[in-house]
Amino acid sequence: MRSKRRRSEFTEVGSKLTSRHTWGKIWLVAFQAATLIGVVVLTVLLLTIINKSFGYTAIENQVDPDSLAVAGIPLEEMSKETLIEALRANVSAGLFARFENDQPFDERPASDLYDLIQEWVINPAVLETWNLSDSLLRRDEIAALVQQKYPGAELQFRSWLNPDFIRSQQSSHPEIAGVRTAILGSLWTIFIAIFFSLPVGVAAAIYLQEYAPDSFINRIIQTNINNLAGVPSIIYGILGLAIFVRAFSMFTSGVAFGAADPATANGRTIISAGLTLGVLVLPLIIINAQEAIKAVPQSLREASFALGASRWETVRSHILPNALPGILTGSILAVSRAIGETAPLVVIGASTFIQVDPEGPFSKFTSLPIQIFQWTVRPQGAFQNIAAAASLVLLILLLTLNATAIILRNRFRRSY
Amino acid sequence: MSTPTTTQTTFAAGHDLRRRPRIREITIKGFLFLCGFLSIFVTTGIIYELGKESLLFFGRQQWGNTNKQIAVAIDAEQTVLELGTQGASVSAGIYRIENEIIEIEIVDGAIVTVQRGVQNTQATPHRAGLALEEEIRPDVVEFFTGTEWAPHLGRFGIWPLLNATLMVSGIAILVAVPLGLATAIYLSEYASSRARNVLKPILEVLAGVPTVVYGFFALTFMTPLLRSIFGVDVVNIYNVASAGIVIGILILPFISTVSEDALSAVPRSLREAAYALGATRLETALRIVVPAAISGIFAAVILAASRAIGETMVVAIASGAGPNFTFNPFKAAETMTGHIVRISGGDLTYDSLDYNSIFAIGLFLFVTTLFLNVISQRIVRRFREVYE
Repeated sequence: MRSKRRRSEFTEVGSKLTSRHTWGKIWLVAFQAATLIGVVVLTVLLLTIINKSFGYTAIENQVDPDSLAVAGIPLEEMSKETLIEALRANVSAGLFARFENDQPFDERPASDLYDLIQEWVINPAVLETWNLSDSLLRRDEIAALVQQKYPGAELQFRSWLNPDFIRSQQSSHPEIAGVRTAILGSLWTIFIAIFFSLPVGVAAAIYLQEYAPDSFINRIIQTNINNLAGVPSIIYGILGLAIFVRAFSMFTSGVAFGAADPATANGRTIISAGLTLGVLVLPLIIINAQEAIKAVPQSLREASFALGASRWETVRSHILPNALPGILTGSILAVSRAIGETAPLVVIGASTFIQVDPEGPFSKFTSLPIQIFQWTVRPQGAFQNIAAAASLVLLILLLTLNATAIILRNRFRRSY
Repeated sequence: MSTPTTTQTTFAAGHDLRRRPRIREITIKGFLFLCGFLSIFVTTGIIYELGKESLLFFGRQQWGNTNKQIAVAIDAEQTVLELGTQGASVSAGIYRIENEIIEIEIVDGAIVTVQRGVQNTQATPHRAGLALEEEIRPDVVEFFTGTEWAPHLGRFGIWPLLNATLMVSGIAILVAVPLGLATAIYLSEYASSRARNVLKPILEVLAGVPTVVYGFFALTFMTPLLRSIFGVDVVNIYNVASAGIVIGILILPFISTVSEDALSAVPRSLREAAYALGATRLETALRIVVPAAISGIFAAVILAASRAIGETMVVAIASGAGPNFTFNPFKAAETMTGHIVRISGGDLTYDSLDYNSIFAIGLFLFVTTLFLNVISQRIVRRFREVYE
C-alpha cells in the first residue's frame, strides 16, 4: 500500500518533470527567436538601404551628349574654350549672362563648365528607378517595360553612391545631387560641438569624481546631469532656437564680429547648430568621463598623495593619463550620437537648400542627416535613392568612428 | 611668550609648515566646479525659456488669420465695413486690420458695424482687400481638454497630438518590451559567452543607427510591409503603426541592455539555490532571477517609454503631417514631436503663433519625459534588492 503510493507520487513527479523540461525548451526557443529578431531587423535595415542605393534607372537626356561633340572630341575631353562655346550655343543668352554674372567664366575651372552643361544642356531626367533586387531578378522585364513605356530613355545600372555623389553639391535634380555641402556642414557642427563640450564635460567629470564633497549641491548637479541625458533631443533644439539663434543672434550670426551683414544675417548658423549639439552631448560626455575616472584605481591616487602631490597634480599627472582612453572612447560615442542627430537641427533652422560650401562658423548650414530627412520626405522616387545612398555614407562614417573607438579602447586598455 | 614667536620666525625662514592658501589649486577647483555647475544652467535655461515662452503663448493676445477681406477701401472714420465673400465667417469680437484693432459690434451679412481704433490703436484708412485678423487667446484649460489642434483657427487642444504620441509610444512599448526582455533573459541566463560576444555588439549597432535612417526604414520598408499584409485600403501611406513598430525596434537595444545589466546583477547564489531545489533553468530564470531584478527591468521600461515619447525623426517621416484625432493605428496622425519639426521646418517667424506654440508643446513634452525619468530613477533607488 505504502510503496504503491510512493511509486505513483514518483510517476507524478516524473511526468511533471517531462512537461517542465518541455516548457523549458519551448521558452528557450522563444527567447532565441526574440534575440534573433534584433539581428534580422538589422540585416533587413541594411538590405533596404543597399537595395535602394543601387539599381536600374531609366534616364532621358534632353540633348544627346554625342551630338555636342565637336570634331569627334567627346564632351569629357573638351578644352575649356570649346565647353564655353558649347554652353553658349545651347542655352538662352539671358541664362548665359547669369552664369557669367555669378562667376566669370575665366575664373571657373573646366569641370565646373562641364557640370553646367550637364545640368542645363543635357539635363538628364530620371524617369523611373528600380531597386537592386528587382534589377537583378527581373532584368529582362524591366528592359522590355522601358522600351515600351519610355522609348527615348536609356536604361542604365546605376550606383547612387559614387564619387560624384560625395563631391557634388545639393541640386534639385536627384541624378546630379550630392552630399558635399552636407558632409562639410556636419563636420563643422561636430567640430564646434566637441570644441565646446569636451573640455567642459571632462572638467565637470573631474570635479564630480575627484573634488566634490558629498554635499547637497553636488548631489543636485549629479542628478541633474543624469536627467539631462534623458531629455529628448528636440527639446535641446527648442532651447538652441530660443538662446543661440534668437537671444544671442548678434554673436551667432557673426554681426558682432563684423563677419556678416546686419541687414540679412540671422542666428541660424553653423555656430548655433554646433553649440546646440554641444549642449546635447555634454551630459553624455560627463557621464562617460566619470565612468572612466571611476575606473582609475584608488591606490594610484593614494600613492600620489603620499608623495606630497596636491589634488590637481594628482589629477593632471595620474588620473587624466590613466582615464584618457576611456574618456576618448566615450567622447567618440558622443560624437557619433551628435552626427546622427537631426531633430534639434531642424528646429533651430537648418537651411533646406544651400549649394555653397560653408565658409566658416557664421555660414548657413545643412548636415548629412538633415539632407537624408529632406530627401526622404520628397515624393519623387529618385530622391529616395539618394536618401538611401546618403544613409549609407552616414552609416559608413559612424561605423568608422565606432571602430576607432573600439580600437582605441583595446589598444590603451590597462588592467590593474 | 617671546620664545615661541622666535621659533616660528626661524621656522618660517626655512620651511613654513603653516597651512597656506593654494591660489592655483583653489582657482582650478573653482573652474572645475563651474563646469559642473553649467549643467544646472542648461536645465534652468530649458525651464526658463520653455516656461517664459509658454506663458507668452497662453497669456498674450495673438492674431490668427481669417482670410476675410474688406471689400471696399475705408477711411479713418468709417464705422460700417463691407466684407468680401472668402474666408471664415466673422462674429462680434476683437479683430485687427494692419496695425489697427477694431471691435465688431453688429454683423449683418457682409456688412459689419465696428468700433474703430480700440485698445489704444490709431484709426487709419485701409485699402480694399486687406484681411481681418482674429484675436486669439489660448487658454490652459482648453490646451489640456480640447480635441482639435488648429492654432490659426484659435483651437488649441493638445489631445490630437498627445493621442498620437501615446499611440506611437504604446505600440513601440508593445513591440520592444517582450522582445527586449526575452533578449535580455537569453543573453544573461542562457547564452554562451561566445554567443554573447557576437550578439551584444549587434545590439549596440542597432542602438547606434541614427533615427533619421530608421525613419527612412519605416517609410520604405515597414509601411509597404504593413500595406501588403493588411491591404492598401486599410493602411495609409503615412500611419502610426509603422512609426510605432520602428520606434519599438529602436528602443529594443535600450531595454535589453539595461535589463540584462539588472539580471546579471542578481547574485549567482540565488540561481544555485534554485537549481539545488530542483528548479529547471526556465523556472530559475522566470521565478527567481526576473523577480529579483524586477526594479531594474521596470526602470528600463520607463526610460524606454520616455525615449519613445521624445523620439522625433521616425514620426516626422513616417506617421504623417497634420494633427488628427484618431484611434486607428493605420491612419496618419501627427505626434507632438512631429508637429514641432514640421512647423519649425520653414522659416519660423519669432513671436508668431506657431513659434510660441512649439514652446508650449515643448514644455509639456519636457515635463512628461522628466517625470518618467525621475520615476525610473526613484524605482531603481527605492526597490533595488541589495544582496550581500
